[in-house]
Amino acid sequence: MEGIHAFQRVVNDPGSYLQAVKGKQKIIGYCCTYLPEEIIFAAGVHPVRLFGTKGNIAKADAHLQAYSCSLVRGILEEGLAGRLSYLDGMVFPHSCDSIQRLSDIWRLNIGFTWHADVVLPVKLDTASAREYMAAVLKKFRRDLEAWLDTPITDESLATSITTYNKLRRLLKRIYELRSENPALISGRDVATIVKGSMIMRREEAAHTLEGIVQALEVQKNQSSAPQKKRLVVAGSICDHMEVYDLIEQAGGVVVWDDLCTGSRFFEGQIALDGDPILSIADRYTDRTICPAKHASLTARGDNLVQIAKERKAGGAIFLLLKFCDPHAFDYPYMKEMLDKENIPSMLLEIEQELPSAGQLATRFETFIEML
Amino acid sequence: MTEEEKKLDPEKEKRKVKSVKKMREIMTAYYLEAKSAREHNKKVAWITSGGPVEPLHVMDVIPVYPENHGAMIGASKMGADLCEKAENMGYCRDLCSYARSDIASAPVGGGPIGGLPAPDFLVCCNNICGTVLKWYEVQARYYQVPLFIFDTPFCHAEFTEEARRYVEKQVNEYIAFLEEVCGKKFDYDRMMEVGKLSIEGQRLWQAVLDTTMNKPAPMSAFDAFFHLALIVTLRGTQTAVDYYRELLAEMKERAAQKIGAVPNEKYRLLWDNLPVWYKTKWLSEKFSSHEACLVADTYTSAWCGQLDYLDENDFLRSMVEGYTKIYLNIGVDQMVKIVKKMVRKYDVDGIVMHSNRSCKPYSLGQYDIQRMLQDELGIPSLMIEADMVDERSFSESQIETRIDAFMELIKQKKGA
Repeated sequence: MEGIHAFQRVVNDPGSYLQAVKGKQKIIGYCCTYLPEEIIFAAGVHPVRLFGTKGNIAKADAHLQAYSCSLVRGILEEGLAGRLSYLDGMVFPHSCDSIQRLSDIWRLNIGFTWHADVVLPVKLDTASAREYMAAVLKKFRRDLEAWLDTPITDESLATSITTYNKLRRLLKRIYELRSENPALISGRDVATIVKGSMIMRREEAAHTLEGIVQALEVQKNQSSAPQKKRLVVAGSICDHMEVYDLIEQAGGVVVWDDLCTGSRFFEGQIALDGDPILSIADRYTDRTICPAKHASLTARGDNLVQIAKERKAGGAIFLLLKFCDPHAFDYPYMKEMLDKENIPSMLLEIEQELPSAGQLATRFETFIEML
Repeated sequence: MTEEEKKLDPEKEKRKVKSVKKMREIMTAYYLEAKSAREHNKKVAWITSGGPVEPLHVMDVIPVYPENHGAMIGASKMGADLCEKAENMGYCRDLCSYARSDIASAPVGGGPIGGLPAPDFLVCCNNICGTVLKWYEVQARYYQVPLFIFDTPFCHAEFTEEARRYVEKQVNEYIAFLEEVCGKKFDYDRMMEVGKLSIEGQRLWQAVLDTTMNKPAPMSAFDAFFHLALIVTLRGTQTAVDYYRELLAEMKERAAQKIGAVPNEKYRLLWDNLPVWYKTKWLSEKFSSHEACLVADTYTSAWCGQLDYLDENDFLRSMVEGYTKIYLNIGVDQMVKIVKKMVRKYDVDGIVMHSNRSCKPYSLGQYDIQRMLQDELGIPSLMIEADMVDERSFSESQIETRIDAFMELIKQKKGA
């Protein structure tokens, strides 16, 4: 499918794509989906998510100990190695301790033209936190306007919100179609589409997604395939597409997820009435939560159980990045909640390099067989 | 044992810090009171080390510090075992060892005092790290008690107006929370008293640490690690003020008599990061054998680092800045400024940095701080890769070699 190829090209070689964009727009990099990118888009700047590195980590070792996660070390590596020269700036929304320090180390060592810290609240369950969220976004808008020496109008914010709502609605629709008929599209392709949507210019991405959804809607009743065991996946980022291939080869299929490179990117529409900044702030306050934030004591567990039940998943796979503290702290209680619902789960700790395909295949097969 | 062997070495006796005995008594009484709180109709709150404890004293709630418990677990060399238990509970080995040992201790009453008394409520301030948020969520689910989160936004380069307003609101929310869980009104007059005592205690602690400007330093960072407990746990009480007055007097006396923590102090070093709790004696003796004294450290000085922000006439309002702009809640370049001041103030020859795998906010950025100190002040640093509580992460022979090599460098530099 052409649309999927477009995302594949962008995911396989983001550098080339972004060098081409650079001629027409400023580009800002980020590493967390709490970035209020709607504001950046409204300013006519292209936000691009960074995913670490596929190469060796060497330069970053002089700044970050080995016990920081490969995402943070990889992003620093890419920056230090000069492979992110297409960026005009970096924005760091507050997420976890590692990203917090990455921001400082980045600012002290890599001289991009613009650096912004968007220190969002960690608490998301009080009125004062919601107010602070909005205040931070208001400040970010002002800072961005100052850098660009251009106002960001409410109209441009409304257009931005409309684009993002469309993009997110379409991504969610792809997930829904896949859940209804997993044979329709592979896990690798879905993950590629989501990742690509964080790299590609957003109007282009939304347009491309439209084409994909249209095609899938047509095909949705056509394909039929032997029933695979339905699974949900939970974690932070999953940048290894082979994981999905191996799950499918082992007789499973991912029907939904709680991932930063998945549903947390597209869950939550933004209201179009009222102050656009407040509406954007509400989305980030109310969106499915990441473990670096606090909503309630069992928000993530409740969400995962609900997803698993709603999408009729018979098992869950926790895909956790090594040295990712927030996710590792949540794992025991979330597993316990799944156990109570008789939903078996497995834990896979991933680093920059996956364990060998053979090893992974065995682990998945063993798990999926017993579902 | 023969009569000769039983006779105490007068030199060693002279060098011992006398206040240690008093300190142990106070901490024992404190934990006993905490463990029998229910019998005395008092409430117990668990609070983070950087958390605003003063309002708890105003409400007559006994504050308990799981991190202090973690330090005790480390010092008693019970860390590896409890951390392993936590791993069996599903908590990854790479997580903070304070959190792991506390989480494992709760269901089994582990650690050197048979476990902490169960909390009536939890107060979590994330100015020190994001780990405490997750740790306290775990305990809130386990103990089924109310949790108050004091969210102090990170100050990379500045403390924004937005953040200030947010923290101000939370001070009010905190008071309201305390009134609710304690079932009584907050006494603002008492707050004045407690605020004054807190500031006085911190001033005395600063004065105690400042005695190490003397040559030889009458105490070392290893002593400071021990005497720190009261300014953390009993900050805001008369007990803490009285104790530090006594300790200060002892240190001034030792300085006057030129009694140093290290006999023949030749080299003065600064310690960065949390202690290696299960190796403080070994490290102290190791550096002593090189005639080096750890005269100051960035960890214990954090508990008097807010004096510029605190106002005894408006303590609650000044808590906003005082609790947000702490050493770990500011950018790496801001931290370097503070370290440079300490290097000059204590006339330090080198830095010993504990790259503590349990504490990312403290450890990530150390490599850059090390580089900046070398480039800008010509001060060399030694990096010790270890963990504060989990003994499994300490390679004694490797570290010994590195200390020896570092001290060679220091000696050469100083022209010994």
